[in-house]
Amino acid sequence: MSKFNKKKSGDLPAISTASLPDIVFMLLFFFMVATVMRQNTLMIENKLPVADQIEKLDKKDLVMYIYAGKPSSRYRASAGNQARIQLNDKFAAVEDVKAFILAERAGKREELIPFLTTALKVDGQTNMGLVGDIKKELREVQALKINYTTRTGSAMDNFN
Amino acid sequence: MARRLAPSVNAGSMADIAFLLLIFFLVSTTIETDSGISRKLPPLIDDPTTADIKKKNLFRVELNQLNELLVEGKPMKIGDLKSAAIAFLDNGGGSGNLSCDYCKGQRDTQSSDNPNKAIVSLINSRETNYATYIAVQNELVSAYTDLRNREAQRLYGISFVEMKKNLKNAKDKNETRTLRERIKKIQSMYPEKLSEAEPVNQY
Repeated sequence: MSKFNKKKSGDLPAISTASLPDIVFMLLFFFMVATVMRQNTLMIENKLPVADQIEKLDKKDLVMYIYAGKPSSRYRASAGNQARIQLNDKFAAVEDVKAFILAERAGKREELIPFLTTALKVDGQTNMGLVGDIKKELREVQALKINYTTRTGSAMDNFN
Repeated sequence: MARRLAPSVNAGSMADIAFLLLIFFLVSTTIETDSGISRKLPPLIDDPTTADIKKKNLFRVELNQLNELLVEGKPMKIGDLKSAAIAFLDNGGGSGNLSCDYCKGQRDTQSSDNPNKAIVSLINSRETNYATYIAVQNELVSAYTDLRNREAQRLYGISFVEMKKNLKNAKDKNETRTLRERIKKIQSMYPEKLSEAEPVNQY
C-alpha cells in the first residue's frame, strides 16, 4: 500500500508565524498613538451637517461637548422621538446646560477658562429652536466661544 | 555533568494577547479630530440699546420654517447666497469719510457704504432645519473668507487662509508678530459683522 501515500519530495515547509506578534504590535502601537479615547456614548442620532469653512479644534481638553438630536432607536421608548440634548452620557433638559458649563469650568485651571470652547454636535435634522435655546443658555453663563461641529465637504451636500 | 538550560517560555500566545489589546483599542477609541464653524456669541445685555443702522447697510437673510431662504425679502437659492453677500459687502458705495478704496464692487449708492458698516443679519425660525442653517452660515463665512483672501493676496501675496495656517505653525517670534498684525489688518478691512436675532415663530 505504500505506493499510495508516498511522501512527495517537493513538500513546502510551513510558513513561520513567529513575526505575527510583531506585526500585530505594530498595528497596536499605531492605534494607541493615533487615536483618542471615546468620551461619550451617544444616545442620540448624530449625523452632523457638512461645511467647508471649518477650523480645527486642537486642544481637546479645552472643549466642552453638547450633543443634540433625536434619541436613537434603543432609547426612543423612554425618551420619546423629539430632539433632545445629551450631556455626559445622559439626556438633559435645556436648563441643565448652565449647570453643565459651570461644572466643566470648575474642573479646569482658572487661566484656561477664557479659552474654553463649546462644541455643538447637533444632528442635521434638528430644529433651530432647540439650538437657539442652547445658545441662549450659553450666553447666560458667558460661554461665548462656540463651534458648530461639522463634517468636511461642500455645504450643498446638506440637501441630499 | 551538562548544565541544564532553563526551559524557554512558549511565545505562541503572544499574538493572541496582542490581538486582544489591538481589538480593545480599536473599539474604545476614535480617530477623528473635531472641526467645525467657529463663532462667537454676543454677550447677554439686559437693556439692549437700539443702534441706528441705515437700511442700505443691512443685508437681511431670513430662513423660514420651510427652510426657504429669503434675502432682502426675496427668495434665493442657497448657491447664490455667497455671490450676493460678496456683492453687498464689497459694494463700497459710500463717499468722503465712508469711501472704500479697496472695494471692487458696483459702488451702488443703494447698497452698503463700506465693509466696516455693512452688517449681515441672519434671522431663522424655530422650525428651521439645523443643516440648512449651517449651510447658510457656511456660505456667509465663505463670502468673508473670499474677500479677505483677495485682499491678503493683493497686499501680502499670500491668501488669508494660508496666513492663518502659517500662524499656527510659526516658530519664530518675529514671524508670529508680523503674521498677527497682518491678519488683524485684513480682518479690520472686512470685519465679520454677522448679527443673529432671536429665532422667531412664524405661523
